[in-house]
Amino acid sequence: MTAAWAFVKRHALTVYATLAIVYMLLPIAVVFVFSFNQPAGRFNYVWQQFTLDNWINWDAPAGIRDSLVTSLLIAVLASITATALGALIALALVRHRFRGRGPLNFLIFLPMAAPEIVLGASLLTLFLNQTLFTLGFWTIFIAHVMFCISFVVVTVRARLVDFDTHLEEAAADLGANGWVTFRKITLPLLAPAILAGGLLAFALSVDDFVITYFNSGSEITFPVYVWGQAARGVPPQVNVIGSAIFFVAVGVMLANAIRQTRRERSAA
Amino acid sequence: MTLLAPGVLWLAIFFVLPFGYLGYQSLQSGIYPNFEFTWEFSNFTDAVSENREQLVRSFEYAALATLIAFLFSYPLAYWIAFRAGRWKNVFLVIVIAPFFVTYLIRTIAWQTILSDDGFVLDVLKTIGAVADDGRLLATSTAVVAGITYNYLPFMVLPIYVSLEQVDRRLLESASDLYASPRQGFLRVTLPISLPGVFAGTLLTFIPAAGDFINAQLLGGPGQRMIGNVIQSKFLVALDYPTAAALSFVLMALILIVVVVYARAVGSERLTS
Repeated sequence: MTAAWAFVKRHALTVYATLAIVYMLLPIAVVFVFSFNQPAGRFNYVWQQFTLDNWINWDAPAGIRDSLVTSLLIAVLASITATALGALIALALVRHRFRGRGPLNFLIFLPMAAPEIVLGASLLTLFLNQTLFTLGFWTIFIAHVMFCISFVVVTVRARLVDFDTHLEEAAADLGANGWVTFRKITLPLLAPAILAGGLLAFALSVDDFVITYFNSGSEITFPVYVWGQAARGVPPQVNVIGSAIFFVAVGVMLANAIRQTRRERSAA
Repeated sequence: MTLLAPGVLWLAIFFVLPFGYLGYQSLQSGIYPNFEFTWEFSNFTDAVSENREQLVRSFEYAALATLIAFLFSYPLAYWIAFRAGRWKNVFLVIVIAPFFVTYLIRTIAWQTILSDDGFVLDVLKTIGAVADDGRLLATSTAVVAGITYNYLPFMVLPIYVSLEQVDRRLLESASDLYASPRQGFLRVTLPISLPGVFAGTLLTFIPAAGDFINAQLLGGPGQRMIGNVIQSKFLVALDYPTAAALSFVLMALILIVVVVYARAVGSERLTS
């Protein structure tokens, strides 16, 4: 007992960190484990019995497949648009010194700092007071592009600070015109940064609930579907999709990390 | 400049302009769908006096969640920065892992964990920490715990980044000059990590004050926050002017808290 106590005391911080990490992972484990549960009633709260049914018939609950398709479609469109717009801003901020950089940086920072509910509510009042758009698919798209742009700018800019403009100048000296320089030099150098920004935007879009909920009208994305089910008892298929999203995200992140390590090694 | 135009235009129309509309809506009077702009300033005073309880509760919950998140995160970030060695990146991935599970789904997972039939409540009842007919769901504890959990990565990451910047040679010099490990921590590590703490507390507090998901899924009627009120006034009661006024009030209060906090800790000193 005293030996155990001495061990705990000496490694108190490590013991704590282990417990903290277990705590952070606990809900994820619950989501995964309960995706294999066969709930007795409407609520998937108590472990009853192991089944693979939820994974095999993942689209059994009405509306779940449609909501997922809507979410993915919006995420693809919004992340591509936000990445294009955001990467251009980042490029301008890194390469050019111009008046108004300070206010521009502030404009980009604000959407990330403002509480989501205020972003969602204010955008809703814009849509309520005009007749051009009706609430639905495209208003969700607009909202997602809006809150993704800043994150793309920040991600791309962080990776662009060591961008070597001499390469572009060299290309121009060798007779390449502006478009050829952009396509052959700038874009390949930017590609990893743009990819990182795009993936982040995609993840933010798929996950967003609050801003979407305010601006969705009767359109149902996957998080809005989950919210609608929450009061009645969420079907275990939601856990299946939650787990799948988790594993895809972790997979993409690991692949990206491995790729980067390899590149750094080959560069060294 | 042409590079900037499309993105900046998008932000101007769909981020800046809406605040004008929010203000316009907040000063209207009438009943859905016939609202009229009448400089109805009483919307603000009414909104605050009728929802004082939820406003106060939101800021209490957010402050409490931020404090708990800080106490939880600092030792963890410290351990990852100083003790995790070459596994650092693995632990960082684990720390942000909750973000890979949809916000709503991980909050529903807490519903499962804290539910009336869950093992956590069983254990707490057995050791007598909760009365036999007690609950965890629909309590302030559950809501604050949910908020704390959901924003933890926002606290751990900035603190980790600032701790990572601590030059190890400074600590060696401190120890060479006969500083105890405790003094080394208090005089070197802690001050250098304060900007991270500052960023982490803001990144946690701001979204926490506007949150309504945790109160909805883990709380009961007695745990409603201002976000719940705004949400239901906008989307259920269709009382747009009051909802818009409340959104403004929430934003203003958050801004005041942030400015006061920044002054108190001396953000100029931290960010320079």
